[in-house]
Amino acid sequence: MPDFSILTENFDIYLHGFRNTILASVIALLGSFAIGTVIAVFRITPIRPLRWAGAMYVEFIRNIPLLLVVFVFFYGLPSLGITLSGFVCGTLGLMIYTASFIAEAIRAGIMSVPKGQLEAAQASGLTYVQAMRYVVLPQAIKIVIPPLSNQSLNLIKNSSILGVFAGLDLMYFGDQIASRTYVTFDTYIFVALFYLVLTLPLSYMARQLERKLAKSG
Amino acid sequence: MDFAGALSPDNLRFILEGFYVTLKVAFISIVLSFVLGCLVGTIRYAKIPILAPVLGVIVEILRNLPLLLIIFFTRFALPDIGIKLDVVTSAIVALTLFEGAIISEIVRSGLNSVNKGQIEASRSSGLGYTQTLWHIVMPQGLRRMVPPLVSQFIALLKDTSLAVVISLPELMNHSKIVIAQSYDFVIPVLMVVALLYFSVNYALSLIARRLEAKFV
Amino acid sequence: MRKKWMSVSFMLFVISALVLAACGGGSGNGNGNGNSAAGGESEAGASLLDEIKSRDKLVVGVKFDTKLFGLKDPASGEVEGFDIDIAKALAKSILGDENKIELKEVTSKTRIPMLNNNEIDMIIATMTITEERREQVDFSEVYFEAGQSLLVKKGSPIQSVEDVTSGTKVLAVKGATSVDNIKEIAPDATVLEFENYQDAFSALKAGQGDVLTTDNSILYGMMAQDANYEVVGEPFTDEPYGIAMKKGETALVEAVNEGLAALKSSGEYNTIYEKWIGEAPSE
Repeated sequence: MPDFSILTENFDIYLHGFRNTILASVIALLGSFAIGTVIAVFRITPIRPLRWAGAMYVEFIRNIPLLLVVFVFFYGLPSLGITLSGFVCGTLGLMIYTASFIAEAIRAGIMSVPKGQLEAAQASGLTYVQAMRYVVLPQAIKIVIPPLSNQSLNLIKNSSILGVFAGLDLMYFGDQIASRTYVTFDTYIFVALFYLVLTLPLSYMARQLERKLAKSG
Repeated sequence: MDFAGALSPDNLRFILEGFYVTLKVAFISIVLSFVLGCLVGTIRYAKIPILAPVLGVIVEILRNLPLLLIIFFTRFALPDIGIKLDVVTSAIVALTLFEGAIISEIVRSGLNSVNKGQIEASRSSGLGYTQTLWHIVMPQGLRRMVPPLVSQFIALLKDTSLAVVISLPELMNHSKIVIAQSYDFVIPVLMVVALLYFSVNYALSLIARRLEAKFV
Repeated sequence: MRKKWMSVSFMLFVISALVLAACGGGSGNGNGNGNSAAGGESEAGASLLDEIKSRDKLVVGVKFDTKLFGLKDPASGEVEGFDIDIAKALAKSILGDENKIELKEVTSKTRIPMLNNNEIDMIIATMTITEERREQVDFSEVYFEAGQSLLVKKGSPIQSVEDVTSGTKVLAVKGATSVDNIKEIAPDATVLEFENYQDAFSALKAGQGDVLTTDNSILYGMMAQDANYEVVGEPFTDEPYGIAMKKGETALVEAVNEGLAALKSSGEYNTIYEKWIGEAPSE
C-alpha cells in the first residue's frame, strides 16, 4: 500500500496544484473552442486568403509538439519583449495547440453533411442561418462531439506540461513533494489519482454521450 | 538573434543527432505500440473472458493519465519492483504503453464498426470465428482505422519530446543545450526544431491522406 | 503451420504486454514505501565495490548541463568539468584506468532515485551533504566547498540576499538544497523551480525571474558562459559537496575516501581544482 501520510501531510500542496490544473484546463478549453471555431469557419469560407491562413495554422500547429509551443511562449517571446508567467504560457500554449485539433474536428463535422441538404433547405425557403441551425448543425454535432470530448480530455492530460515551466500545476507540486520527501513512487501515485479523479468521470460521460448520440442517429 | 552562431556546423550536427534519437525512439515505439494496440484491441473486441476486462481496466487507467507522468513512472518506479530500464528503453516502454492503450481503442472501435450482419452471414456460411475475424472483419476494420492510426503515430512522434524530463538525449534536449550557449540562439534554434518536427509529421499526414483517399 | 506460429507469437506478446502493463499500471500495491524498499536493503553476498571491480567499469551520475562541473560540449559530444575529472581520477584509483568509466546524466531531481535504482554506482554532481540526504544515501568526505549565492543580470538592483524580498522572483532547480535555503532566508520571495540549470538559466535570460540562486560554483560557470550576468553578494550558506553512494556500501565509501585522500596528497586534486575554478583551493 502506498504511504498515505504523503497525501495527508501534503494535501494542501496537492490541492493547490489540482486547482491550478483545473483552472488552466478550463481557460484553455474555452479559449481553444473559440479559436478552433473561428479557424474552422476560416477553412470553409469561400474567401481564399482566410482559407489559406486557416489551413496554415492547422497544418503547422498540429505537426509540432506542444512542448515546443509552450517553449516558444516561455523562452522565445521574452526576446520580443513579452514576458508571461509559466502558468500563462502553459495555458496559452494548450489553447493554441488544442485549437488546431478542434478546428479540424468542427470542419470535418460540417463537411460531413452533404452540401445538397443545405441547398435543399435553402430552396425550400429557409435562410442560410436557419438551414445551418436546423439542418446542418444538428447532424454535424453528432459527428463532432466524440472528437471534441476526446480533445478536451487530451487537453486536461496535456496540462501537465505546465510543470516543466514552473506553472504551479499538479505535476509541478508533485515534483516538489517528491524531491522534498524522497518518496518518489508514492508521491506520483497520488498525483496520478488526482488526474484520474478528473479524467475518468469525464471520459465515462463522454462515452455515454457518444452512445446516446449513436442511438438517436 | 544570431542565426549564424546558433546554426554553426557543430550546433547543427548536435541538433540533428538529437533528432536521430527522436526518430529512432518514435519508430520503435510506433511499431511496438501498434502491435500491442492490435492485440489488446482484438482481445477486447472478441471479449475473451478474464483477459478482456482486465485489459479494459488497464487501458482506461493508462489513457486517462498524462503521458508525462507515465514517462516519469517507468523511469523511476519500475526499478523499485526490480525492472531496470535505461533512459532510451524506459522512454520506449512509456510511449508504447500509453500510445498502445489509445491504439487499442482505435482498433476496437474499428472492428466494432464492421456490420454485424456480415459477421453472421459469414458464420452461417460455415467460416469459423477466427476465420471470420481474419478474412471479413479485419480487412474492413483496418480500412477505417488507417486515418486515426496515422494521426496517433504523428502524436507519438511529437510526444517523444516529453522524454526531456528524464534527460533522453533527443531533439528538445539537445536544442536546449545549444540554446544554453547564448540567449540570442533561442529563436533560430526553435525555428529549426519546429521545421524538423513539422517536415516529418507533415509528410506523414500527407501519406495518411493518400491512404485515406485510396481506402475510403 | 503459419497460423500456429502466429498464435504462439500472439500469446507471447499478450503475456509480455500484460507484464508490462501490470507493472506500469498497478505497481502501487505491494511496494509500500518506495523509499525504504530501494534504499534500505542490503544485498546479501557481493558488495557493490566487488561488483564494480568484476564488471571493470565505474558508472557515475554527473550533470550534463553545469559548466565547470559537468557540461556536455555540443562540438565534441564529451562531458567535461571538475566533477568529471574527479570521477575519472576515482576510476583510476579503484580500477587502475581513468577510462573505465561510464557517465550518465542526472539532474538534482533524478539523482537519488537513479542511485537507489542501482543505475549508477555513485553521484558526483554538485551534491551538497545534508542531514536529510544522509538518511537516503551515504556520503564520502567533502570534496568541494561551495556556498549558495545569487546570479543576476548586470545592473540589477539586487546586490545581495537582503535585496531578495516579497515580489522578487527567484529561479531555482527542482530537488536542490538551494530551494529550501532561499525559502528560509527570504520567505516572502516567489520561488520558481525548473527541471535543470539550463532551463533555469534560460528562464533568467528570458526575464522570467529576477535572480537565479544556487551554489556559487555553478553560478560562476554560468557567468563564464554569458558575461551579461554576474554573481552578487557573499555566499550565504555552506554547501560542502560529497560523493553520494547507496546506503550500506561501506567498502565502496572507504575506497572512494582513500582515492580522494590520495588525490589530495599527490597534488592532483589541486591541479584539477585550478584547471576548472581558476585558482588554488583555499585552506
